[in-house]
Amino acid sequence: MSETLVSVQDMKVHFPIKRGVLLDRTVGYVYAVDGVDLEIKRGETYGLVGESGCGKSTLGRAMLRLNEPTAGKMVFDGQDFSALKGEELRKMRRRIQMVFQDPLSSLDPRQSVESILIEGLRAHDLDKSKEETGKRLRELLSAVGLPTTALRKYPHEFSGGQRQRIGIARALALNPDLIVADEPVSALDVSVQAQVVNLLEELQEQFGLTYLVIAHDLAVVKHISDRVGVMYLGGLVEEATAADLYAEPLHPYTRALLSAIPVPDPVVEDRRERILLAGDLPSPANPPSGCRFHTRCPWRQATRCDTERPVLREFKPGHKVACHYAEQIRSGEIQPHEVKPILVEEEGISPDIPLVGPASVTEALNP
Amino acid sequence: MALLEVRDLTVVFQRKGEEPFYAVDGVSFDVEPGQTVGLVGESGCGKSVTSLAIMGLLPKRGAKVTGTVSYDGTDLLKLSDREMRDRRGRDLGMVFQDPLSSLNPVIPIGLQVTEVLERHRGLARKEAMIEAKNLLDKVGIPDPNRRLKEYPHQLSGGMRQRALIAIALACRPKLLIADEPTTALDVTIQAQILTVMKELVQDLGTALVMITHDLGVVAGLCDEVNVLYGGKVVEKAMRHKLFAEPRHPYTHGLLASIPRLDAAPGEKLTPIKGSVADNIPWTQGCAFAPRCPNALDICFTETPAEEEQLGRLLRCHNPVVPGTPAAEEVPV
Repeated sequence: MSETLVSVQDMKVHFPIKRGVLLDRTVGYVYAVDGVDLEIKRGETYGLVGESGCGKSTLGRAMLRLNEPTAGKMVFDGQDFSALKGEELRKMRRRIQMVFQDPLSSLDPRQSVESILIEGLRAHDLDKSKEETGKRLRELLSAVGLPTTALRKYPHEFSGGQRQRIGIARALALNPDLIVADEPVSALDVSVQAQVVNLLEELQEQFGLTYLVIAHDLAVVKHISDRVGVMYLGGLVEEATAADLYAEPLHPYTRALLSAIPVPDPVVEDRRERILLAGDLPSPANPPSGCRFHTRCPWRQATRCDTERPVLREFKPGHKVACHYAEQIRSGEIQPHEVKPILVEEEGISPDIPLVGPASVTEALNP
Repeated sequence: MALLEVRDLTVVFQRKGEEPFYAVDGVSFDVEPGQTVGLVGESGCGKSVTSLAIMGLLPKRGAKVTGTVSYDGTDLLKLSDREMRDRRGRDLGMVFQDPLSSLNPVIPIGLQVTEVLERHRGLARKEAMIEAKNLLDKVGIPDPNRRLKEYPHQLSGGMRQRALIAIALACRPKLLIADEPTTALDVTIQAQILTVMKELVQDLGTALVMITHDLGVVAGLCDEVNVLYGGKVVEKAMRHKLFAEPRHPYTHGLLASIPRLDAAPGEKLTPIKGSVADNIPWTQGCAFAPRCPNALDICFTETPAEEEQLGRLLRCHNPVVPGTPAAEEVPV
């Protein structure tokens, strides 16, 4: 058994932008995920962080083939998951389960907890006898800390934290190897968040699970992950162990992101230097040339940054960064300067293409 | 006298044939000019209802508001609708949580900013437009002339929130109430917005009431912090004191359950057991008692009074003693 469980190679997801009533012409693409390589080892927790719109959820979904990737592949336990079809794919899916962000909308309100949990077992022929299934369900509930009386209840009868536990139990039901958790705690209150984070950690120990945790909250990700990948506008900009990343962020974006997180300690808050980023995230339909971050980067240099896209390279063992000038920034040779915010264009469609297609069938037929 | 004095504010929601629900239950606090006061708590603790009650935005039917909200000596709760409309936007500004649903989607940003200026400051349309441009510039919106003509959907989340702040600031109100102004935003944008708000308080001497669930935001911004639970203030202290020595088990529990960036690796979080649904009514005892690791028998029978102790206002029978961990690992 190899050490690597998941390997993602040059994954790309481009969503077409369609215009026009009849002809549905593609006038551009949203480059949601644009060339990501990553590896997840057996038994580890890989955290994927980034702000909204950076493509982290799309990447997670593309790995599970909930969105078909445009290019690239994912190798799961030595098998090319991207090439599987039909029944083979369905069977493989047992081993990769997902926990969603909003526990209420990801549970069917008209299904009892028992029926929610049993559905997956049935689909994969694991519901052999009544007693065995009953035993399995009780095991699952006790694993996630719910009473067995929960089986007959419906999702609306539970609190947010309990609903998320049901979602986790559903993912666990099939004994998966990998659980992809997309913002598993962001919809929960702080005091309940900690319960679910601890639960995820305990389950990992108990069942030897591998996690891919996707979240925007860096503090949560740092807490739960062994390794962390930081995404910006469709690409990974930095990857390191959680401790390394927070001790010594190398990429300017990671630095800014870390400095922006409020810490619940006034002494720390008063001392901190904030790196304020100017402006907004550029549109992924019209990503900047060269380094995607150069439009907002306080360390931007005159050469290379806007022409050449940096690749994710090994800076030191286990710490990768995608920045041309990581060494100079680290040594202090390059100092940050002020950045003027530039206007972000919402759509990345070139002005040559008319925005509106034919308004009617007659117009389309008689141009 | 403080600029805003909230005394014993109580909001009761009453539906026919149902028990009255005390959303806010005797909340008192003061805000001085140039000061930032935080109201912190989890969902359902009554922090947003407090802000709506101060602004007079609660429905007349169904919600009963008692107590006093005195602004510069006048009780806002006693004013008529007409008088209140004159004050809102001019003396009291408010920034809401979700900028997309609080801006009018079919009116350009510029018109929404100038509306306030024309109504309260009596500026002509042209003057108002120039002033609106300056306002957008001040809150950090690039190319304001173009943005004035655009509609809310054409702006990003951070820009919308800035526009909302610009509207709230248009008449230079002495009091600004911000209800979760950064919750819908990304951290880097949140840092930008918080910087804008901090500058306002410093430069214009605006009094700011900051409502949030994020203790990190409070730690960096607020002078005084009120921690709410189940509609009552359970702990009120200056921020350095509160974060260094949280004494109420709820405050203590909240701080212990937040993962921190500067924590040592492998450190376990200590959650608060149960959820808000486990509360008991304040009339029977302490609402937090069923979730509290420090709970004594008296907590289930007697309502704790708000008392000045340990250098702060505290509502607890058995506060956390510094040095001892309040909560042991609780089965969840």
